[in-house]
Amino acid sequence: MLEARNLVSMYGKAQALWDVSLTIDEAEIVALIGSNGAGKTTLLNTISGLHHPASGTVEYLGQGIESLDPYVIVEAGISHVPEGGRVFPDMSVRENLEMGAYPKRAWKAREQTLQQVYGIFPRLKEREKQLARTLSGGERQMLAMGRGLMSRPRLCLLDEPSYGLAPIMVTEIFRIIERLRTQEITVLLIEQNVRHTLEIADRVYVMENGRICMEGECDELLQSDFVRQAYLGL
Amino acid sequence: MKQTTIDIKNVRTLGLLLIGVLLLATLPLYGSPYSVIFTTSIIMYIVLTVSWAIFSGPTGYLSLATAAFFGVGIYTIAILGEEVQLFAVILLGGVASFCLALLVGALTLRLKGVYFAVFTFGLVELIKHVLLWYEIKFTGTRGRFVVVVDNTTIYYIMLAILITLLITAFVIRRSKYGLALQSIGEDESAAAHIGVNVNVVKTITFAISASFMGMTGAIMATRWTYIDPYGAFKSLYSFMPVLMAIFGGLGTFYGPILGATIFAYLEELLITEFPYYYMLIIGSILLVTILYMPNGLVGVVQRLQRRISGGRGANP
Repeated sequence: MLEARNLVSMYGKAQALWDVSLTIDEAEIVALIGSNGAGKTTLLNTISGLHHPASGTVEYLGQGIESLDPYVIVEAGISHVPEGGRVFPDMSVRENLEMGAYPKRAWKAREQTLQQVYGIFPRLKEREKQLARTLSGGERQMLAMGRGLMSRPRLCLLDEPSYGLAPIMVTEIFRIIERLRTQEITVLLIEQNVRHTLEIADRVYVMENGRICMEGECDELLQSDFVRQAYLGL
Repeated sequence: MKQTTIDIKNVRTLGLLLIGVLLLATLPLYGSPYSVIFTTSIIMYIVLTVSWAIFSGPTGYLSLATAAFFGVGIYTIAILGEEVQLFAVILLGGVASFCLALLVGALTLRLKGVYFAVFTFGLVELIKHVLLWYEIKFTGTRGRFVVVVDNTTIYYIMLAILITLLITAFVIRRSKYGLALQSIGEDESAAAHIGVNVNVVKTITFAISASFMGMTGAIMATRWTYIDPYGAFKSLYSFMPVLMAIFGGLGTFYGPILGATIFAYLEELLITEFPYYYMLIIGSILLVTILYMPNGLVGVVQRLQRRISGGRGANP
């Protein structure tokens, strides 16, 4: 579904990605793990068009998208839920969700999509009229994910959805990500919570210093000494 | 999103608006010549403030370029006023400002916060001095005469611009486009994430707001008969809309209208009654507004309404 080949990304003179390649198949949950500053967010931004690569290609459904702008890419069906959620604080929960349906393709069906999103996140329906700034951290993350789903994506990029949440909320968020598969939504997930991630992901890429240093099925990685030591503390 | 259902409150507002428009439209029939001229000035300030607020209100980009677009309108009529028919010149003033704003917007709207404000402020000075240099170097004179138009015509044209502007502002506010503008103000990067083409939305809105300033400049210039770069590009016209909008209440639809009306009226009153203390009093009022009325006049009204109706807030 998505294939990134030999991506090189620069911030001015600082290189953030070194020859990164990655593939995602339809209906997969692919996880991207690695320490802070490894280039995970840059890779996501490069896929969603917020940052254009210096060289390399990103192919989505057979089309090169590496030079397209974010609004075109969202329209094509890739939704990027940024780190920390970044909901619109002074809009209500409902307005935030409606904003998510901003792409033309999604705008007409927004009422219907809204009901589907409320089905996934009943908590958001309860909070419908509240301003987003009054929500708890977990609710904000749910709102951010709901807003991402409002554009009716086929591929959802999630940047650390469990970051800073209470343990019970983390479990809830992971349960929801797993459910996206049944909605025929493919997921690329950045996570620090490796234990939970390995439980739901099909495949994992490990990034270090702007390079992909390891990839494989979850079981393989669980056997690897490097992952066990560095990320699971075993 | 606010629902546009027809309820009693909407009908009442619409009725009040219609009565207001009718009263204004018939003013030259029952009002004194002075009241017509004075109301024209107030309408000018309302137009400048509301058109400024279309862009700067929701996005939070503080533009100090109002005087530049206003001045471009003034110069359009000064140059073309003799040859081209009045309505066409006014439209051309709007078009010229629209184009300038597109250019400036495309170049500078990636600037954020104080950098954008400083640039827009510099734009006014830049155009003023380029014009001064040009006039001295090539035409050998400073300043130009402007065609004269009678006060009633000026009044009706300003009223027409005001009504068009209010309809535009209202439609933008209630549309998907208005939501996009607001999302840019709240979190520009998140707006880009969800698929808003932020650069295009910002630039077009900036240009729409500029076109109203340009048209206003073109028609108002006929009242002054003679203009030069110093008079046409006065930074005062950049600051007044900002102050008036803050005074009335940013971020609401009625705030800038109310602010501009009362502020302009107050200014006229103070200049005639207390010519020496006028600036002192205006300054004090502004200080009090910023310190004690963070949401302006509309904020105060809303707080009173809430207190009366017992906790239920009214929608602006």
